[in-house]
Amino acid sequence: MKGEVTPKVIKTVPREKAFYFFTSIGNYTGESASSLKEFMEKINEVNVKSLEFHLYRGDFEKWIAEVLEDKELAEEIRRLQKFNLAGDTLRKQLYTIILGHLKYSTR
Amino acid sequence: MTRKQRNFYIFPTKNNKFKHKSLDIGREAEITVKLKNNTLILDDTDLKILEALQEDAKQTYMAIGKRLGIAHSTVYDRIKRMEEYGIIKKYAAVIDTEKAGKKTITAIMTVYTDPKESEKVAEKLCKAPEVLEVYTSLSEELLIIAKVVAQNQESLHNFIANSVAPLLGVLRIRTSIVTKKFKETQFLMANDPQKPRFIKEIHNKIGEDEP
Repeated sequence: MKGEVTPKVIKTVPREKAFYFFTSIGNYTGESASSLKEFMEKINEVNVKSLEFHLYRGDFEKWIAEVLEDKELAEEIRRLQKFNLAGDTLRKQLYTIILGHLKYSTR
Repeated sequence: MTRKQRNFYIFPTKNNKFKHKSLDIGREAEITVKLKNNTLILDDTDLKILEALQEDAKQTYMAIGKRLGIAHSTVYDRIKRMEEYGIIKKYAAVIDTEKAGKKTITAIMTVYTDPKESEKVAEKLCKAPEVLEVYTSLSEELLIIAKVVAQNQESLHNFIANSVAPLLGVLRIRTSIVTKKFKETQFLMANDPQKPRFIKEIHNKIGEDEP
């Protein structure tokens, strides 16, 4: 339905449940996201090593499924792992998937 | 004042004051020296007792006294005084955790913080059992350096991601996992190169003030 917004897409979580971007074990970049919209923005800004680190550990899908409670998007991101993407190609793909999901969910 | 009069003891009294006695003169001239902070000035014997305790804290007062050529009661008094003033904080066993069957990893974590929040972040880190040591450093930026232990890399990451990164004021974290330990010890009194000079300077200074 046009104009209807799915709550999980606009959900903002408290600081302790935000997603914290790391480049490797224990190395925090200083970037975090508390909502899907913010997460998408940070995908474009954060060091690409961080995207590679989290995607292949399954951190993105886990946070999206458990904290944002968006299983559909979590599954889409999980599938991305199979393509062994890296660098800016991975960044673009992640951004496109989330942007598409946001657009679809807010139609 | 003769040169002999420079020999004296300093011993503490309550309320942050210290007395020293000139021993080599006939009368017992007691002078109260008020120190700026509640610090006990240690003489050479105290430092030697500390050295002995750092080597082996389980040795008896008698053994320490014999080694230093002083009475065991002197050793006892001085140790009690240093305990009272917090110079000797505690007596603890140094355990080889690996031999005790505990497999852990150690990491040095550098936390870049907003200067306004730095102290609070350091205080919160101190409360975490995973954090063994916490220091602040003023280099180019205000840093907190902490030594962290965890069962494995995953639990280390979870601790940092869930308990450190979300703290208000944390800007960035750099973590280095220790791969090989070459040396781990504490500062030994025996290794202090300034020790004899420091004591002499203080004694002379107070001695000169004596009437």
